[in-house]
Amino acid sequence: MRTVLFAGNPNAGKTTLFNLVTGARAKVGNYPGITVDKTSAKLRLPSGAQCVVIDLPGSYSLTARSSEERLAIDSLLARGAGAASAVVVVVDATTLARGLYFASQILETGLPAVIALTMTDEAKKAGLEIDHAELAQRLGCPVIPLVATRGEGKAELLRALDQALERGVAPKAAPPRLDEPTSLDLAAVERELVSADLGATDTSAAKRKLRLRAEWAILSLGGDELEGVPERVRETVYARRSAAAGARRDLDAELVTARYRHVDALLAGLLSQRPTAVKSRSTRIDDVLVHPLWGLLVFAAVMFVVFQALFAWAEPLVGLIEGAVDAVKGAAKSSLPEGPFTDLVTDGIIAGVGNVVVFVPQIAILFVFITLLEDSGYLARVAFVIDRVMAKVGLNGRAFVPLLSGFACAIPAVMATRTIESRRDRLLTMLVVPLSSCSARLPVYVLMTSVVFDPEQKVGGVLAVGALVLFAMYTLSVVAALGVAFVLGRTVLKGPRPTLVLELPPYRMPRAVNIARAVASRVRRFLVDAGTVILALTIVLWALLNYPKDPVTEARFDERRAAAQTEPDEGAKAEALAALEAEQAGERLRSSAAGRVGQVFEPALEPLGFDWKIGVGLIGAFAAREVFVSTLGLVYDVSDATEETAGLHAQMREAKRADGTRVFTPLTGVALMVFFVLACQCMSTLAVVRRESASWRWPAFLFAYMTALAYVATLATYQIGRALGLGVGG
Amino acid sequence: MSSPATLADLAVGERAVIESVTAPRPLAVRLMELGLVGGTEVVVKRRAPLGDPLELELRSYALSIRREEARCVRVKRERP
Repeated sequence: MRTVLFAGNPNAGKTTLFNLVTGARAKVGNYPGITVDKTSAKLRLPSGAQCVVIDLPGSYSLTARSSEERLAIDSLLARGAGAASAVVVVVDATTLARGLYFASQILETGLPAVIALTMTDEAKKAGLEIDHAELAQRLGCPVIPLVATRGEGKAELLRALDQALERGVAPKAAPPRLDEPTSLDLAAVERELVSADLGATDTSAAKRKLRLRAEWAILSLGGDELEGVPERVRETVYARRSAAAGARRDLDAELVTARYRHVDALLAGLLSQRPTAVKSRSTRIDDVLVHPLWGLLVFAAVMFVVFQALFAWAEPLVGLIEGAVDAVKGAAKSSLPEGPFTDLVTDGIIAGVGNVVVFVPQIAILFVFITLLEDSGYLARVAFVIDRVMAKVGLNGRAFVPLLSGFACAIPAVMATRTIESRRDRLLTMLVVPLSSCSARLPVYVLMTSVVFDPEQKVGGVLAVGALVLFAMYTLSVVAALGVAFVLGRTVLKGPRPTLVLELPPYRMPRAVNIARAVASRVRRFLVDAGTVILALTIVLWALLNYPKDPVTEARFDERRAAAQTEPDEGAKAEALAALEAEQAGERLRSSAAGRVGQVFEPALEPLGFDWKIGVGLIGAFAAREVFVSTLGLVYDVSDATEETAGLHAQMREAKRADGTRVFTPLTGVALMVFFVLACQCMSTLAVVRRESASWRWPAFLFAYMTALAYVATLATYQIGRALGLGVGG
Repeated sequence: MSSPATLADLAVGERAVIESVTAPRPLAVRLMELGLVGGTEVVVKRRAPLGDPLELELRSYALSIRREEARCVRVKRERP
């Protein structure tokens, strides 16, 4: 089937137009090997011809430094079987010159093309009239004015696309004029490309394409991460560029300037700007929204609402999902015969599906907000307002929303790093987001505070100990995230000086259909890609925590259960059976693989003040941090433990080491909380980082550095505390 | 009389014409492709609430870059 590409600048209304043209049939996938979404849909044209439309990522030019950015050029310049049949170039009428810079490059690829001129209503309002018929004449391809939000121009666009596909002729666009010596530099690169079999000179269309490739090579190569560029081509480009520099020339500037001149010439006399004395609507909105004082207040308020939504609004939905999972589990347990298979189904598979689905409310809520902010134009202002703060640790303003969201949950937060343009900044943000103290750590803080302190006790007569501990943990989390960003940005992810180049698009009304689509595609991708990994890991972890079973112990418990059955009093019988159940669960955990690992690792945990029971809890917590509490409940033979269960508090307070001292001193409690702030105790985070970074390398690194950091910090806390005699008594 | 200046030297509201971009390579190409080429008129529209980055207006759109990047763009002040 024939392929049609949609290309254009970011914020040019490309996605709105794509949605308008394709209806609700879009499919989102990934480009092979990289983390860029590939949105495609089947389309039936008026003539009845079918084609596949692909929405390319928004871009300002064909220039590329990474394989992600290279997508556009690869798609547009592909030859043979992978080649597209036509391209729709989306150009925003309000930023015509910048849009045509990219469009003119695309036209020179020789693909049959249609220019879709979007935002024509906004242009009119700004007093801008465009002679699009004459523009079409000069560009040598149809130009269709559209108002995508109202569907105006859709029929004309489809008709033009139909004709372009049918005729299959290259646009008659002439390339920018170059003078000597620039043209000689370009010719040298062209010759090298031809000898590397990357271009031909047999037709005029082939010549234009070759010329475009040479321009691309000069502007892209050098300090790039591109693979598969022949060494000879690189050498020629470098040699030509430095020779030019030696003659006090800037080859890059000559090429870009020539193309902008070309664009300005194309537009000469086509635009009539009615002088408008009034400030544009966006400027007036910005006078408030990025005002030195009001701007900061609005920023704080918007961020508060996003955070509150993630933290509080998701809660009832999460509760509903957890209730439903428990109900399904209960139903399966009672309808299936008892045995290992039922356990696998209920505690492995059903619990695993629950572990996946439980993230959906937060992901959906966060992406409703992000799409809303992005489509309205405010997300760019968020970056604009907070960039100065983020720059101090080597991040840019776009990292703020993911980091903030991380305090609710790292899963949607890692997914939100997609709004960050540069791959390096995105990875860096992804690697520090899990240090934001997510809501799943709260039960652990609450449990430990209740066990080792009296949370109501006042320090200095004012502050409750509980509040003080929480404040300390959140501060540690913020300091760690910023500190690690600072260090990783200068070591592991060292790159060219981080910069901010951010378009501030005009404010526009977000559209419900775009938001719904964006949210649905995010959730679907999460369920398919990260969800399967989370499910598999839940089952593995379940097996580790339950197997192997010791047949002798199992038989002993069966006997004791039989004995308890003979108890005449129903109440006492139920109580005895429940106690047995809890004791057996604890026994099973101790003899399980995880239990044994905990015991083997006890020597490594001892310097942290932890015993093997805590070690087992930490392994259990890997499924989800809050599971730490119920796993500790199992080790301490307390059934249905939550962080509020008095029985668990009492058991933990009484727990003794071999030498008779208490396990849970205030110091151990604090050490454990420090560990939880810093350790990557969450397999779902690793699964979603794998999905977003498209490799296992980064989640492996994330896990390694966070575990090491947590270990060292906990060790320091415990050992220094002990040396100073802090919190060890009682 | 116009003096040699960079974008970072301009006051809010001041107009200038771009002369050249002296930034290191990948950044320079990016800025130029966004329209910061010689001869283009640019105005510093405002500063972010915390003082940095800047908001520029050129070729009828708004672009934000940090002062540090702005220092790499040589401009010629326009007489008011």
